[in-house]
Amino acid sequence: MQAQLATTSNATRSRLNLQATDTLAQRRKFTNNLMTGLIGGSAVLGVSILAIILGYIVVKGAPALNLDFFTKNPPALGEAGGGVAPAIRGSLLIVALASLVGIPVGLGAGIYLAEFGRGRFANIVRFIADLMTGLPSIAIGAVAWALLVKRGFGNYNALAGSVALAIIMIPIITRTTEEILQLVPNNLREASLALGTSQWKTIMSVVLPVARGGILTGIILSVARVSGETAPLLLTVLGNSFASNDLTGPMAALPLEIYQYATKSPFADSFTKAWGASLILILIIGLLSLSVRLTAYLGGPKGRR
Amino acid sequence: MCYLLAAAGDLAQTQILIRESGCSVAVQAAKHRRVSSAARVTLNDGRGGAWGDRTFQAVTFTFAAIILLLIVTIFVVLFVDARVALAKEGLRFVTGQVWNPTEGVFGALPYIYGTIFTSLIGLVIATPIAVGAALFIVEYAPAWLRAPVSFVVELLAVIPSVIYGFWGIAVLAPFLRDRLERPLKAALGDVPGLNQLVQGPARGRDMLVAGVILAIMILPTIMSVAREVISTVPGTQREGMLALGATKWEMIRGAVLPYARAGIVGAAILGLGRAIGETMAVTMLIGNSSTKISWSLLTPGYTMASAIANQFADANNSLHFSAIIGVAVILLFVTGAVNLVARLIVSRFGGDTRATGI
Repeated sequence: MQAQLATTSNATRSRLNLQATDTLAQRRKFTNNLMTGLIGGSAVLGVSILAIILGYIVVKGAPALNLDFFTKNPPALGEAGGGVAPAIRGSLLIVALASLVGIPVGLGAGIYLAEFGRGRFANIVRFIADLMTGLPSIAIGAVAWALLVKRGFGNYNALAGSVALAIIMIPIITRTTEEILQLVPNNLREASLALGTSQWKTIMSVVLPVARGGILTGIILSVARVSGETAPLLLTVLGNSFASNDLTGPMAALPLEIYQYATKSPFADSFTKAWGASLILILIIGLLSLSVRLTAYLGGPKGRR
Repeated sequence: MCYLLAAAGDLAQTQILIRESGCSVAVQAAKHRRVSSAARVTLNDGRGGAWGDRTFQAVTFTFAAIILLLIVTIFVVLFVDARVALAKEGLRFVTGQVWNPTEGVFGALPYIYGTIFTSLIGLVIATPIAVGAALFIVEYAPAWLRAPVSFVVELLAVIPSVIYGFWGIAVLAPFLRDRLERPLKAALGDVPGLNQLVQGPARGRDMLVAGVILAIMILPTIMSVAREVISTVPGTQREGMLALGATKWEMIRGAVLPYARAGIVGAAILGLGRAIGETMAVTMLIGNSSTKISWSLLTPGYTMASAIANQFADANNSLHFSAIIGVAVILLFVTGAVNLVARLIVSRFGGDTRATGI
């Protein structure tokens, strides 16, 4: 009996010793597992937030979509039916006009920075363009509001919205264009120049075609980005519950329509319309982003040939 | 062949070319001619090219100058229009706690406070999750999973702000009100000190909800920068730690995080810059009804951006208009400064890793 006790106490003692190292190892293992779980969990969380948001938009928005939704004008407040045709048209118009101004300027400035951009002036432009990409869109909207709505036209107008969006686009296109052009190997330029080609023709017919895919990507991404901008449009275009193609007056636009239906309208049907408009907006932006991948795919190999 | 070069349009360029690489480049280029349609077309350009070059450079220069012109216009417009209110209120424009357009008193402190409060809530929630996701992508995920996970998380940045706002109104706000704010209020309501955090009714339109939506919106910004920074940590650092018998987490804590700390801080500040300027989602969820400065997460307050978005339509007298532009000026300076600091930190860190990388 005693012998048995002695052996057990011996055993416990050695087990205790072991346990001391065991608990440390166990604690380290536990911490490791816990942190692995937390790290994996945050990745899952990030992915699932997107899935949840997109899921809501698709599930709730899909029932709202029908031919009427794309082609009809909005009905009187609170009535069911009707569509967001003026908002779709307005968005396309405002964004197209912004692109018309923003793309050439952004592209030209990007070409300047990449091909001629040595020296202080170019560095300042680079710095400013970087700074501008970080400016809040509402601040740019406020400038357009002060300059073109309060002072210029005296009323809310679509042109001011296009200007605001163009100002947002320009620095994005400038920086991506410059970055892509700097990736074009210099011996292409040298070969062309050595043949007696002038520099501007070298840029236009050798450098730009090679960089076409990347430049297009930058342009499309900037268009996608401003398509969803709301705050600058709110301050300038304001929104319009009636169909209007007058560029010097308030106009409907998809983001503004979502804002109106989500906040200003107390009817149950308005949420359905907001989901539908959200789905259309997401689809437009999604298609633009998808075409980026396509152009990158098509533009990449061709340039190298 | 070198004679051909001399006839080129841009003399300076060709001279440099000749000096640097002799005639071999020209020979290669001449061979290249057979395949390069561009060169074939332009070979007979002659001297006209010099004029073309000057024009082309002048045109692109003009476009670059437009960017400078834009930033100058932005600042001039904002300062000219903000002058009236700034002159009237002076320093009180930033320190005053009363914003009353009907009486013509404009103190923007509640808006500044709301901006800082919501942005910090967003930052506190988003940073650990973003860094965790970045660590997962760099340190844990198998190669095939890395690109998809970072792509999906970065897609969060593509969703327009107004859709976040609407989703917040329809889904997030009711959920947070019932599942977070009410339990929080019940739990902390009687605790002295902490009950300051939950003053007021839980309505689902307040600082907390705005902060949570901001956290979601800045998550991709912080995640992608943190991911880049973490992936610059040299593998030898990790191997050294693992060779000492460290577990994976001890390796991350001891080698990866200290090495990437500055960059992660930069990433967080970049996210902060985004949060400060964010407008629509916050405007739709923050309540916009109280200019009271309080510690409560349930305060239905304003941010600078949401104040602009809410009041621009009512700005019928020049003083109110000027005051709103004044808020935009503060917003511009704060975001500009925050972004500048963030970029400095991130780029400095990037430079350091290249210099000291083992």
